[in-house]
Amino acid sequence: MEITNYLGLAAILFAIGATTVLLRRNAIVVFMGVELMLNATNLAFVTFARIHGDVTGQVLAFFVMVVAAAEVVVGLAIIITIFRSRRSASVDDVNLLNS
Amino acid sequence: MNEFVAPPIDWAAVSPVLVVLAAGVLGVLLEAFVPARARRATQLTLTLAALAGSLVAVGMLWDRVQENAVSVVGGSYLLTPFGLGVQAVIGVCALLGVLVVAERTTTGQDAFAPAAAAVPGTAYEDETRRAGLQQTEIYPLMLFATGGMLLFPATDDLIVMFVALEVLSLPLYVLCATARRRRLLSQEAAFKYFVLGAFASALFVFGIALVYGFAGTVRLQGVVQVLADPVTSPLGSMTALVVVGLLLVLSGLLFKIGAAPFHAWTPDVYQGAPTPITGFMAACTKAAAIGALVRVLFTLANGLDPATRHDVEVALWSVAILTMLVGTVAGAVQTDVKRMLAYSSIAHAGFLVVGLVGMDQVGSQAVLFYLLAYGLATIGAFAVVTLVREQTVSPGSSAETRVPTGEVPDDGVVLGEATRLAQWAGLGRKAPWLTAAFSLFLLSMAGIPLTAGFVAKFGVFSAAVEAGAWPLALLGVLASAVAVFFYVRVIVLMVLTPPTDHEAAGASAGQEPATGGTDGAPAPAGSGTATLTGAATRTLVSRTVVTVVGSRGPAAFAIAVCAVGVLLLGILPAGALDLVAQAAQFRP
Repeated sequence: MEITNYLGLAAILFAIGATTVLLRRNAIVVFMGVELMLNATNLAFVTFARIHGDVTGQVLAFFVMVVAAAEVVVGLAIIITIFRSRRSASVDDVNLLNS
Repeated sequence: MNEFVAPPIDWAAVSPVLVVLAAGVLGVLLEAFVPARARRATQLTLTLAALAGSLVAVGMLWDRVQENAVSVVGGSYLLTPFGLGVQAVIGVCALLGVLVVAERTTTGQDAFAPAAAAVPGTAYEDETRRAGLQQTEIYPLMLFATGGMLLFPATDDLIVMFVALEVLSLPLYVLCATARRRRLLSQEAAFKYFVLGAFASALFVFGIALVYGFAGTVRLQGVVQVLADPVTSPLGSMTALVVVGLLLVLSGLLFKIGAAPFHAWTPDVYQGAPTPITGFMAACTKAAAIGALVRVLFTLANGLDPATRHDVEVALWSVAILTMLVGTVAGAVQTDVKRMLAYSSIAHAGFLVVGLVGMDQVGSQAVLFYLLAYGLATIGAFAVVTLVREQTVSPGSSAETRVPTGEVPDDGVVLGEATRLAQWAGLGRKAPWLTAAFSLFLLSMAGIPLTAGFVAKFGVFSAAVEAGAWPLALLGVLASAVAVFFYVRVIVLMVLTPPTDHEAAGASAGQEPATGGTDGAPAPAGSGTATLTGAATRTLVSRTVVTVVGSRGPAAFAIAVCAVGVLLLGILPAGALDLVAQAAQFRP
């Protein structure tokens, strides 16, 4: 199989993730969109590592995973805080500041 | 099997970052082991000591880096004179920012929720308030954020830059959610900042992936080598990869700077976050992100061929023009002082980008001075905002006794900050010194001569002219002229408008959203007008006056330092300009 197909897949996944962030209403789903973008990046990293024949890209994928995990911790904490005080996880309901 | 060989590490060069991050880790441990009573004092001492230590380390490295840029572990950490200069600016601003954060005012309360996890408006929250709990995790979080900021401009490795970006962002997201009052707004600010920030860092890291695909390395020096000699990489002929990658990385950085079209989060987050944190992140994040932008942009753009470089310049021009436009036009119509300062910070991001279009040493030098001038004025201005508060008035006390003298009897409870601009009318009579300081900061932001802002703006605009971007400089001067209007409007409001004008303000206050009424304060209505006294339904809590709470020292000290700094940099800039000129070199 052609290796550039993986790059195409990475680009498609990234685009789907970005679209999810921009269009979906539920905070958790928006958040999943961000994770999808990061994982698409990982796929791109690993594919490029294969093309270049070195392991740097694979190591970078680990860095991205760790950062994504840290981001999940903080992000979910904030979403849950919002949910507990407003009983809603919809992005559209978070609009007090747009007075 | 190959044996692992530990790379030699120049610990001295890493020390400015290391001191701060180590103190952050220590701070987390202190949180577990120090008794609650002593915790705040311990954390504060540790934080101030760490930041001061980091500044000392920067000072000690200064001469050495002048001679030769220091590269640790093959460029993972790279200290150029410019990187060190940015670290110095961040260190100074973070130190002042922590002082403002530590301020408890004469009310004995700091700006942070006693327990940020408590749901607003519950009995549990009241209990934490009564028990006088304190969220001292603020200080380690600030140290981690500062550590990320110090690392951000001082690396040649894009993935280290990404990690630094997250290390500085994640604590800031949390800090945004910790305000003592108006907690729903604060949580909302954190949420918006987080979602948009995570989106921007995903763009950033995908850009890194593309650059890696092009060059087979994430070291900027390595990428420049591949640009010069494309045959060394299998995908070296696909320049589109590196251009798109560079643009994505730039989007991530411009988001942190708050430049249009990535500015949408700025007003909301600046307004909702606890004010001391707003000042801290406005000054320090911008400095760190500009430092990283200079590192990436100046290195890569100078390696691109002229045609592609021209494309990047066009993108930069568009961003600069759009940012100045959005910042000044939207800033002129704001009615909330924190939002106004947020738009002013967007405008400043535009001026900074104007200084960068030349991508040479003149630009890096001008931008560094601008960051210092802007940082001092911003931290000072937000520190003043923390002291101007609302205070409840009980129905019994007469309004006449306080309006003329500006004195407020002690019957009221001091509430949150009075951020509506209308409430600032006549502040000059209540607190002349504070008003003078705030006016000074605004004048500096406007770029009036004899303040730091003038020298800074002169620097970035002449850098743009020297780079042949005179239309951009001209637009910048015009935008500054418009900005003068809204800064001076606030000064006129504070000094010349009498404070009795509050009835109109009170009417508009009804439209304010319910702000998560902690401390038993619903949306403020009216400010010391006698008209509401008779209304039996609107009792004590519905009437507030604007008062200025006294500082217990730290914030007053920070404001004084910022004011003196702004004046000194404006009147005698020679010394600072010399230092900045030494730190202009951004190449290793």
